[in-house]
Amino acid sequence: MTKIDLSDVIEMATCSDPGQVRTNNEDSVLANPQLGLAVLADGMGGYNAGEVASSMATAVLGCELEHAFEIHPPHQLSGDGRTWANAALIDRVAKTNAAIYHAAISNTKYNGMGTTLVMVQFFDNRMAVAHIGDSRLYRLRDGELSQVTHDHSLLQEQIDSGLITPEQARFSQNKNLVTRAMGVDADVDTELAEHAVLPGDIYLLCSDGLNDMVEDEEIALTLSSLSANLPLCAQQLVDMANDSGGRDNVSVILVKIKQPFPAPEMTSGWKERVQSWFS
Amino acid sequence: MAKLILSMDNLVLKEIPLNKERTTIGRKASNDIQIDNLAISGEHAVIVTILNDSFLEDLNSTNGTFVNGQQIKKHFLQNNDVIELGKYRLKYVNETPVPASQADFDKTMVLRPDMMRKAAEQAGAKPPEAARAPMMPSVDMNPPIAAAAPKPAPAPEAASAALLGAIQVLNGSNAGKTLELVKSLTTLGKPGVQVAVIARRPHGYFLTHVEGAKFPAVNGVAIDTQAHELKDHDVIELAGVKMEFFFKP
Repeated sequence: MTKIDLSDVIEMATCSDPGQVRTNNEDSVLANPQLGLAVLADGMGGYNAGEVASSMATAVLGCELEHAFEIHPPHQLSGDGRTWANAALIDRVAKTNAAIYHAAISNTKYNGMGTTLVMVQFFDNRMAVAHIGDSRLYRLRDGELSQVTHDHSLLQEQIDSGLITPEQARFSQNKNLVTRAMGVDADVDTELAEHAVLPGDIYLLCSDGLNDMVEDEEIALTLSSLSANLPLCAQQLVDMANDSGGRDNVSVILVKIKQPFPAPEMTSGWKERVQSWFS
Repeated sequence: MAKLILSMDNLVLKEIPLNKERTTIGRKASNDIQIDNLAISGEHAVIVTILNDSFLEDLNSTNGTFVNGQQIKKHFLQNNDVIELGKYRLKYVNETPVPASQADFDKTMVLRPDMMRKAAEQAGAKPPEAARAPMMPSVDMNPPIAAAAPKPAPAPEAASAALLGAIQVLNGSNAGKTLELVKSLTTLGKPGVQVAVIARRPHGYFLTHVEGAKFPAVNGVAIDTQAHELKDHDVIELAGVKMEFFFKP
């Protein structure tokens, strides 16, 4: 099977910074434009266990998914109608969760460590998005910014149940409490969704160090103004978070879709191959 | 932990800690906070506390519940809010204790099902401290620009330079036109040909090349890939257009 190479049609840039307050950076980012994979993790835990948890997430998932898509292409359908991308993401996230959980329970220094996760796998003009926690995926399309993922946090649950409004949420003292995380339990509940992808789309994966410090309107303005220079755009987002106080680690991955990327035609059956010998 | 200070006619009557999920207020003895006065309904209001946040709700009382002079049905309580029931005042005090280190603040934590109860227990166990500096998240914020009305603390304001910058076109068909650099980013030039951006940051305005083979020039000298800080009366040249950057007095 030919190796996936989306590097001509998908451009990626990353920027990760400890911020203005913390001494070490417990966020971790992975961008693989060739495979069409982006992974961002925001670690938590005492000492620098957070760093261990988040870097395990990106490293293990990066490796596992590269191998998974050598076995089958992401768009291939399995018996239950799911794409291989969906099945592989759920399966490998579960596997990575188990790895982080076992490291956490077998090492006193790592007890209680965990990490959020937001990841995207691009294939066949769409993307599979898996996330756990409050790290986010945004999309800029036709100049409009929308949040693609729904936070797994106490604050979001309060908003969803009508207890507080999104405006009031800005003043809550309960920020940064996630209701799901990787590595804190033997099993994890990964939220997975597939979305259509259009050329011209800009995607932003970010840790809460960005969206807690910078308003959505400012993020939208930055993505619209600097989409022609992705590395500059990524740096500008981090600078804005730091200019507003930088109270947490801040990380971003930017993805620009330059052209359509349909899946290659499935290999034909034996009849077609015999016919092609004669043509 | 948050608490209420009950007073009447400026005389403090008692201090009530908010250590329960529901704290009821009313005339009947069954209430957590019993106020024996005919102006107060039997079941007047309730305060629901979820970890560090408290919500006040009026229970269809006869005379209503007021916060800072405004009648409310449901209200998200902020530090120093004054709840008015008849002649009684309940001041809501929620001073988050200073964390062990600055870095603990804003740490993402996992909320496990048993945490809610644990957090309430821990909050109850903490000994009251004589003087605790209120931890306002905006302590290190730049003050907002003059025009904007002051907003209540926590959420960060868009940080921007104290002085307002502007550019005036010096040549071509737009000569004389002025553009105030209000936004955090102002793009200049022709997309696909030559684009630069002026970023408004707390410590000044910075010009950065975005795309194009040619780089913009400042005072006749082409800038490099780094952001270039603009000084009063710098002349920028970009895509054949000359403009002067200046700070508005």
